[in-house]
Amino acid sequence: MNLGTRKVVDRAFSGLGVTSIVLLAAALVVILAPMVLRGTGAFVFRGTVEFRRLEFEKFGRGNPDRLKAEQAAAIRARKTVYDMLKVFPREIEQREDAFRAEKRELRKKRRAARDADVAEQPERKAALDRREKEFDGRRERLDRQKADFEEVHKLVGELLGPPPGEELHAVWDKQYGQTRWDGVEKKVVLLTKIDQWVQPDDPQQPNYLVRTPRAKLYEGTALAGLFDYVEDHAEEMFLPKWTFYWRFLTDTSDSAHYFGGIWPEILGTIYLTLGSMVFAVPMGVIAAVYLVEYAKEGPTIRVLRTFTNTLAGVPSIVFGLFGAVFFIRTLHLSEGKSVLVGSLTLALLVLPMIIRAAEEAIRAVPRTYKEAALSVGAGKWRTVVTVILPAALPGILTGIVISMGRAAGETAPIIFTAAVSVGQPLNLGQVFNHPTPALPWNIYNLCTEHRAVDEIRHVQYGMVLTLVAIVLLLNLAAIVMRARISRKMRS
Amino acid sequence: MSNDTIQFNIQAAAIPHRESSAVDFEPHVTAEDFSIFYGSNEAVKSLRLEIPARQVTAIIGPSGCGKSTFLRAINRMNDLIPNCYVKGKLIFDGYDIFGPQIDVTALRRRVGMVFQKPNPFPKSVFENVAYGPRIHGIRRRGRLMEIVERSLRKAALWDEVKDRLSQNALGLSGGQQQRLCLARAIAVDPEILLMDEPTSALDPQATSRIEDLIGELRGNYTVIIVTHNMQQAARVSDFTAFLYEGMLIEFGATRKLFTTPKQKRTEDYITGRFG
Repeated sequence: MNLGTRKVVDRAFSGLGVTSIVLLAAALVVILAPMVLRGTGAFVFRGTVEFRRLEFEKFGRGNPDRLKAEQAAAIRARKTVYDMLKVFPREIEQREDAFRAEKRELRKKRRAARDADVAEQPERKAALDRREKEFDGRRERLDRQKADFEEVHKLVGELLGPPPGEELHAVWDKQYGQTRWDGVEKKVVLLTKIDQWVQPDDPQQPNYLVRTPRAKLYEGTALAGLFDYVEDHAEEMFLPKWTFYWRFLTDTSDSAHYFGGIWPEILGTIYLTLGSMVFAVPMGVIAAVYLVEYAKEGPTIRVLRTFTNTLAGVPSIVFGLFGAVFFIRTLHLSEGKSVLVGSLTLALLVLPMIIRAAEEAIRAVPRTYKEAALSVGAGKWRTVVTVILPAALPGILTGIVISMGRAAGETAPIIFTAAVSVGQPLNLGQVFNHPTPALPWNIYNLCTEHRAVDEIRHVQYGMVLTLVAIVLLLNLAAIVMRARISRKMRS
Repeated sequence: MSNDTIQFNIQAAAIPHRESSAVDFEPHVTAEDFSIFYGSNEAVKSLRLEIPARQVTAIIGPSGCGKSTFLRAINRMNDLIPNCYVKGKLIFDGYDIFGPQIDVTALRRRVGMVFQKPNPFPKSVFENVAYGPRIHGIRRRGRLMEIVERSLRKAALWDEVKDRLSQNALGLSGGQQQRLCLARAIAVDPEILLMDEPTSALDPQATSRIEDLIGELRGNYTVIIVTHNMQQAARVSDFTAFLYEGMLIEFGATRKLFTTPKQKRTEDYITGRFG
């Protein structure tokens, strides 16, 4: 190959390398950016007066005087809505009374028409029919309004919370209105618009959605003004303010994550991760020391090594099933799911990783260190403890930190062994027999099995962001550690 | 090699004993038909050799002649090598070094070693020197400090590192590191110091410091040094053994061996005709 071609090939190769790295970075950004953006919504959002009330009443935070003033202003703005809601049932009653009277009258007229002169009958009957039809139309409209009013009542309750003075429901999400401005906006749309699926005449065509203002249904009634009022005065009723809710990380949750933070999940993840390390690190390091320093190469060791490598390839759900059957059913370590069993299962999962990392780190310790220790009369065990392990520690630590990231993010192994969808933060004494919520499992749970998946999007994204941040931080720590160590080794 | 020649070499070894007036010839390590095998390969062949106590003995010979292998056998560092076994006897203090009753760690405490490349632990200067004494049960900080200072002084390193005892030993220069390793070996108070080409990784200046040190160690320690450098052997040692292809060709007082070698091969080697 002549120099010219070699140069071209060289350049093409570096170009390919750079392209692939750029692509990788772009993919990372494409994956991470929306996650970060949406996840931030759990921490930074426009909190309403309801949010501040909740924070004060349930967590004891905030300024009571200012809150009282805000609340008073909000209630003043909401009074119109509540009044309209109160008036409307009475209006319905009156109109129903009127309808009943009209109906009686119509019936009377019908009878009179039947008794009247035969000659006049057709005209009167036609007039009566027209009137009755018109009556039925009005009547049906009232029925529709009556039915829809229940919906309106419910929606207003979800939007504003129960009216002042009403007896409070036991669960939090029935005690407060919308705490977040984006929630308010969503509910306002639901309240002011009616979405209806319409079937087109041609059955071949797909159904389509028609959105009509709800006010049209209530035209001419006392409720007609409510919808415009809510739309126009939402800000006054909620007083949204930009809020930095960092306590999302440290608050417990309530009403299945309607309110509050994700501390139980974070704590559960920490327990499970550290717990798995408590078992996996000593076992893994001791196994690695044995494999490198003590074991004599032979068929037994080869088989052992194959087993550890195979273990690393077993699907994680299988570990979960094994953990449930072995630790709970067979060994009865706890009555049911528990942090202990989850930790043991995760430990099995990361054990091969730790063994491999430790093995490599120990192998990488210069032989001269070992010789130096032995030459001053250190025994084998002493050499391992005082020289080899300290020298291998950086590599072992890196392996540990990476497997911590793995353990923190694993879902399948904890489904059967440790995770519950809702729970309180555990104290250390409870880890032996209590299950715990944990980030990976609860992300899945909140996104699929929650009763109001749509209304807690911010919590889902907040959890995802937190988990990703934990895993990234752990990996970053590993990278920094490795860099620092290699710098030290070079000097 | 025939048996006669070996006999002859042993006799040659006796000559300096009679001639040297400074120290009595008193064997410290004795090899009796001592062989070392790597698998089926005989690296050291039926060695018969008496290494005098509290003298500096150099072992010279071309690469692969078994000199390092023999040196490492004296404190059983070759235990680390799989498939390595020995025949014959290597006697130290009345016991066979490879005998069943030997406690290897106790042996290594009495037979220290300095390696080809400086190999301080990635710990502080103090910890490096204190490592051995600590292992042998000395816990008190004051006592350790005493030992560290004495050892560093003996290794002529004290003045250079006394202000940076807590700094990482890897920050020292190569020559300093090697002297630190010497101090580490001295700290456990061995009787024999094995040196495996201790200056091969050092520059001339550092080399000459180490050589000076070896001179100072004479009289207190039995020093056995393996070297490629014949000038070095001539400069620092009292006795020299010349090994070739695992066999001892000649052993005798250094001055004599270098000026009037008895064997043709020795002469060829020291005059640079091969090796």
